[in-house]
Amino acid sequence: MAKKTGQAIDFASIKATMSDPYKKTFQIVDKDAKIVNQKLFDTFSDDQLVDFMKKMVWERALHEQTMNFSRQGRLGFYAPTYGEEASEMGSVTAFKDQDFLFPAYRDLPQLIQHGASVTQGFLWSKGNAVGDDYGDQRNWFPQIIIGAQYVEAAGAALGIKKNGEKDAVSFVYTGDGGTSQGDFYEGVNFASSFQAPAVFMVQNNGWAISVPRKKQTAAETLAQKAVASGVPSIQVDGMDILAVHIATQEAREFAAAGNGPVLVETLTYRFGAHSSAGDDPSRYRTKEEEKPWFDADPLIRMRKILTDKGLWSQDQEDKLVEEYKDSFKASMKEAENTPTQSVVDMLKTTFEEPTPQIKADIARFEAKESK
Amino acid sequence: MAKLTYIKAITDGLDVVLGEDPKTLIFGEDVGKNGGVFRTTEGLQDKYGEDRVFDTPLAESGILGLSIGLAATGWRPIPEIQFMGFTFEAVDSLGGQMSRERFRFSGKRSMPITVRTPFGGGTHTAEMHADNLENYYVGTPGLRVVTPANPYDAKGMIISAVENNDPVLFLENLKLYRSMKDEIPEGKYTVPLDTAKVAREGTDITIVAYSAEVNESLKVADKLAKENISAEVIDLRSLSPIDTDTIFKSVEKTHKVVVVQEAQKMAGVGAQVTAEIAEHAIMNLDAPIGRVAAPDSVYPWAQVENDWIPNADDIEEKAREILNY
Repeated sequence: MAKKTGQAIDFASIKATMSDPYKKTFQIVDKDAKIVNQKLFDTFSDDQLVDFMKKMVWERALHEQTMNFSRQGRLGFYAPTYGEEASEMGSVTAFKDQDFLFPAYRDLPQLIQHGASVTQGFLWSKGNAVGDDYGDQRNWFPQIIIGAQYVEAAGAALGIKKNGEKDAVSFVYTGDGGTSQGDFYEGVNFASSFQAPAVFMVQNNGWAISVPRKKQTAAETLAQKAVASGVPSIQVDGMDILAVHIATQEAREFAAAGNGPVLVETLTYRFGAHSSAGDDPSRYRTKEEEKPWFDADPLIRMRKILTDKGLWSQDQEDKLVEEYKDSFKASMKEAENTPTQSVVDMLKTTFEEPTPQIKADIARFEAKESK
Repeated sequence: MAKLTYIKAITDGLDVVLGEDPKTLIFGEDVGKNGGVFRTTEGLQDKYGEDRVFDTPLAESGILGLSIGLAATGWRPIPEIQFMGFTFEAVDSLGGQMSRERFRFSGKRSMPITVRTPFGGGTHTAEMHADNLENYYVGTPGLRVVTPANPYDAKGMIISAVENNDPVLFLENLKLYRSMKDEIPEGKYTVPLDTAKVAREGTDITIVAYSAEVNESLKVADKLAKENISAEVIDLRSLSPIDTDTIFKSVEKTHKVVVVQEAQKMAGVGAQVTAEIAEHAIMNLDAPIGRVAAPDSVYPWAQVENDWIPNADDIEEKAREILNY
């Protein structure tokens, strides 16, 4: 047996310095609405700034209205997006129509911004597959199996590359918990191996239901998980919509230019419960922990900036919220007026050509459902 | 016409689909330059280029997830999972994802993916290389599971599988790869994916089998014929869906049936065939349904493999028991 040396390789030092490139979180506006990167801030026009705010107000209104619908029993499974407005709207506004989107279940707002209708989102939640009929849009359904969308997005990125498309990427979202899945790594690594144009978004909202981010991994950031696959990455202040937007846009440009995939981690917070189905965060986290995150609310800093510039007023915001909520109510009516799916519909979409056994089932359920 | 082995018949079929449809892609572990660990894709990368036939990183869930994304962007993927035992790593992609997409997208999007994978025992492989895992997959709505028992069907069925717009799990029998040859027509021909084949006609007893067990059953039929016992052998070919009409028609004629599979007995293909006969054709029977299957242990290691796999002797014994009932 060889003698113990304990000196040849300084693992302690490697461990202590390996996260150095990730020490700084990319930010343009801090939580107190102080502009920390004036040069980048100045790249946005007033109209753009107002549009970002409108999109976040839209998402917050969608959240509030969907929680009302849930309480009224008018929605099925729905994952609240409260607190993640900057992360979701900042990134999706960097998409182009030709980009593919592989969302997870908390990413309905991006799906809608990328072409799906609010009604479709509601139909999906209510359990009607008509909600997932996206026609020619490059939208995929909201993934339930955590991480599965990552390998699929790598495939779409490779497909885009093989199609010879010059300005398209494959966008995919997961959360902090999702980065623990094998499929997370397989997706990032496959895209890297093929140098395919994928942009991997990690919305680190601090919680995988009740399990905190620190229990998912001892890695200091989730962004650096990409390094092992040879993929560049960045951690972004996910409560700063401008930073998220710039990071996503530049990640997109880098990937679309044929440089291979990129990963963007947004540091955000799930203000609400995991889902509308009975999760109670008070069982596993404290008000003290929540407070600094609520102080970092992405709408607060943007509201202050726009108000200071004379571009925004509370009155204007209240009116917008009412407008948005009215439109969501109209969408809900439309969803409720959409014929419910039947077992026959399901059977008919199991295979392109129904098998003999399915034909028999169709006959049985046609008789049953026509009663 | 050329005499081809089962494996070369598959290669020939893959050559046909790659040549016909520029959207078809073959990929997986070692399928490129090496032509697959069994050489099923030998020569195809040279002929069609690295864009169409390529190696992937070593991760089965990644390979099948990649297939889904490729199909979503207009491609027709033909991924290989090197051994069926390795599909355990990709069960979500098979059962949780690709087979559900048509339903999820309200019938508007297809997943024309053919997952090829070798299975079946008798070649003394390492563990997890020979398992008959079809019982896990036949209960997956939206997924076709098929397996040819001879070179002619292998070529015709691989072409049909690739042309099909639903995901197909295409099981290739390891032992048959090089042990059988057929006259194979050149160019394109298809064999339907959803019909069983009467591999040998008979009137006294029906033996239902698939894959390598079809050959074992045919041996038994030959032997019984010498005693003027006429056994009909049905090759299922499609394990999901199951062509029950062909089975019922046979049972109506013979009134006796033995259901054979190499896989363990619990649930699965043989159990489904047995249940279908019991449910719809029991009045045509004049003996209990005989079953031949492997014992319900894990797939054995090499030293006990030959004793474990049901063979012609086991089928003959069961057939005689049913004949003499």
